[in-house]
Amino acid sequence: MGVVIVGAGITKFGEHWDKAFRELIAEAGIKAIQSSGLRGEQIEAIYGGCMASGRLIGQEHIGALIADQLGLNPIPSTRCEAACASGSVALRMACLAIKSGLHSIVAVGGVEKMTELNTEGVSFALGGAGDQEIELFHGATFPSLYALLARAHMHAYGTTEEQMASVAVKNHANAMLNPNAQFHKEITIEQVMNSNYVAEPIKLLDCSPITDGAAALILCSKDKAKELGLKGVEIVASEQASDSLALTGRKSLTELRATRIAAQKAYEKAGITPSKVDFAEVHDCFTIAEILAIEDLGFFKKGEGGIASEKGKTSLKGKIPINPSGGLKAKGHPVGATGVAQAVEAYLQLMGLAEQRQIKNAKIGLTHNVGGSGATAVVTIYKRFKG
Amino acid sequence: MQNIAPLNWRRFPERYLLKGNYCENCKQAFFPPRAICPNCRRKGKLVSMEMPRTGKIISYTKVYVPPEGFKNEAPYYLAIIELENGARVLSQIVDSEPEKIKIGAKVKKVFRRIGEPDKYGTITYGYKFKVVE
Ligand SMILES: [Zn+2]
Repeated sequence: MGVVIVGAGITKFGEHWDKAFRELIAEAGIKAIQSSGLRGEQIEAIYGGCMASGRLIGQEHIGALIADQLGLNPIPSTRCEAACASGSVALRMACLAIKSGLHSIVAVGGVEKMTELNTEGVSFALGGAGDQEIELFHGATFPSLYALLARAHMHAYGTTEEQMASVAVKNHANAMLNPNAQFHKEITIEQVMNSNYVAEPIKLLDCSPITDGAAALILCSKDKAKELGLKGVEIVASEQASDSLALTGRKSLTELRATRIAAQKAYEKAGITPSKVDFAEVHDCFTIAEILAIEDLGFFKKGEGGIASEKGKTSLKGKIPINPSGGLKAKGHPVGATGVAQAVEAYLQLMGLAEQRQIKNAKIGLTHNVGGSGATAVVTIYKRFKG
Repeated sequence: MQNIAPLNWRRFPERYLLKGNYCENCKQAFFPPRAICPNCRRKGKLVSMEMPRTGKIISYTKVYVPPEGFKNEAPYYLAIIELENGARVLSQIVDSEPEKIKIGAKVKKVFRRIGEPDKYGTITYGYKFKVVE
């Protein structure tokens, strides 16, 4: 049974001093329901992605909170957590609920409120995505784990810090065209190169920011969408893979195996090859993560992601546009919301609603969402659905 | 606040002696020890084993922005080390000249205090590594 996205909503990403966690998810959820043309009463279940609300704002029990805020009690509402991949896992669970035949209309949410703690508090909260006992215990931080991956990639393939910087420059340029992005500021290679090291070779401007935001989708079974005459975007594959929580459990440090496996399965399910994909939203929590992603997803050969980025092959007008929304780097990264926000971008692009950043004739889109340093990866493939 | 004393106590064999385990069926060493061999599953035969105390750097980074509890030490080096039996550990690299900390460099285990004492004064010890000539 096919699954179709029939509505999408997103808040502006950034520092929302005037909005609480519950107001962010309510705003995104209401926008999604309204854009679907359905009524709230028709929604049968909710799946919500949220990573660290307990540590960030002291609030757990997010499933019930979302249903309550959207006025949708008493339908079942469940939180999904897989670190920064929480949003895509929630989306996947909602797909499974529809594919099982149990439900035909399901809402998906993703939300995080990160700016109410200082930077150390946020680092501690995000650290929960790594291995507490054998990584964080020794003084590892998230940037330092990706720095270890970056150094290994540089050593194996000659990837340079300038190539990594070019990812940040491109994503900031794309975000200029996205009204919901956190940053509307172009940056240069020199600015990235001159920013301070956080964990060598990763610099401040290689890192995604701390962000508040929420995103939501309304999913419908294909049969029901046809019956109701709804247009939208079909989810043709949603695949998930796991890997060791700690980097020391990985055979290779120059790929994220979970990404590669999830992608292979997703391409197989969708019956396509990577060359058929018209654009992708990938998990660029750090610039090296985008380079790893475009290789592991099969858009470029292993080791050629850095040079491809430097040569503009991933820009809006390049061979394969990557992160037209601005990505985690410049659109912002409210961790639990990110996977759902990526799906919102895929929906907008395939519906032709992406305004200035619209990719012409986009027919097939892909999203790629990673938890932690690669212990969870979810790859989702989308295509237009005309009803 | 979390009481870290029981966790520290449970991990003495790993953190003090690099105690891991080894599968006699597929010959793979695991650190920290695993409850089941992922290669052989129920056919595996895991036995407790101290890891070798030497290995080489697979990747490294210099951490400038430290987490809570590591402020006094920053900047410091972290590395992924492959021990001589193939098991990998993440550890700080200390007592080494920066230009010698590189991929492929040989390292050996040393015993050090890890991070700063917590608010109850609990001091935590464990392994770090240093480059050997
Ligand atoms: Zn075995």
